[in-house]
Amino acid sequence: MPLQNASRNQSQPEPSSGYQLRVVQEVLLALLVREPSYGYQLQAQLQLALGPLAAALNGGHVYVTLNRLEKAGLVVSTRVPQGDRPDRKVYELTTAGDERVREWLADTGWPKPAPAEFHLKLVAAAAAGIADAVGIIDAQRHALLLGLRDAQRAALGEPDGSIAGLLLEGVVLRLQADLRWLESCARYWNAKRGS
Amino acid sequence: MDRDQPALSASGVDKVYGKGDALVHAVDQVELEVARGEAVAIVGPSGCGKSTLLYLLGGLERPSAGTLTLAGQRLDRMPESGLARLRRHSLGFVFQAFHLVDELTAQENVELPALLAGASPRRARKRAQELLEQVGLSDRAGHLPSALSGGQRQRVAIARALANEPLVVLADEPTGNLDSAATTDVLRLFDQLHENGQTLVIVTHDTRIAATADRLITMRDGAFVDETSLTGGSSRTLAAMTGLQG
Repeated sequence: MPLQNASRNQSQPEPSSGYQLRVVQEVLLALLVREPSYGYQLQAQLQLALGPLAAALNGGHVYVTLNRLEKAGLVVSTRVPQGDRPDRKVYELTTAGDERVREWLADTGWPKPAPAEFHLKLVAAAAAGIADAVGIIDAQRHALLLGLRDAQRAALGEPDGSIAGLLLEGVVLRLQADLRWLESCARYWNAKRGS
Repeated sequence: MDRDQPALSASGVDKVYGKGDALVHAVDQVELEVARGEAVAIVGPSGCGKSTLLYLLGGLERPSAGTLTLAGQRLDRMPESGLARLRRHSLGFVFQAFHLVDELTAQENVELPALLAGASPRRARKRAQELLEQVGLSDRAGHLPSALSGGQRQRVAIARALANEPLVVLADEPTGNLDSAATTDVLRLFDQLHENGQTLVIVTHDTRIAATADRLITMRDGAFVDETSLTGGSSRTLAAMTGLQG
């Protein structure tokens, strides 16, 4: 996924992980602002918002993240006995956790797909002479079109007014923008090849 | 018509306009075969010749050279009367600007092709009702086009294109005049037609439509420069595209 990996959150202080985990961390914190919750309740809220994309959240992920947040002092948990079943943990936000949520909500950082890496890949390919820039563009375009098709299928499957449909619309619009940019790339590198 | 033949084919097809210095090669040595049930999208910058190609495939214009067939029948040499009959019976057209008859209701617009093809008024009426139902506009059957939104007009136009159960539906920028929500409705409709086995050839700027085709052909300066099959699996998951996974 060369378009996406390049410039993700260089300045974010989180120790452990990539972009995905960080977002989920703050989202979980935010869902705890009003009141303490069980892990399964948090998971259900995420699933609702993601619709067909919820499969990307594997079941244990929410719990792993909650553990991590607890170690970082952003949440505390209390065991609640369940009679003959295993204890459940109820999670509560700490003051530090609350501050983190507020900073995150105010932050205008935007995870952009980064054209720079792809752009430089084309420049480098032309310089190296081992690959054709136009061929690279065509392959990338093919990959993005397949992605657009899948995103579109999922979007068309959502009922009108669905919250997950809104997310899918974002995916579709971004892919369309990327494809338009690839057309410009193709025009440039085609002309270059001809000259 | 021969059921074993491809729905459409073009071989060595050229279309030139003008003469001498003003000569324009609008379509340049095009080779194309469209199988029955296949959805093919043709994309490319304005002026690349994609609409001209669609008109050639639909028998609305004649090629300067080359062979065109519809279910094995030669179009390029067919007399005009034969072509007109073929257009009415075997082809459905969808245009960017809808081209509905303003004085007729949605229902009457959809009836028209069946009537022109010789169906009885009762049969034409019944078919139109079914089609308006299929495109989700039964409750607008009595409206004039001026009382319909752009998306609704295009759905009426698609219903009209289907009136005679055409072998192929040819669409020229079908979402070109539509906003995003109306585009979604039209996409849903094309998707449904495709699933029902309708052969579709769509000329478009819109990557959203293009991505729903089985095959995507890119034209530049009258010629095919790239052909991409879109029936395979995707290497990126949806979750990766939303930024949920790295």
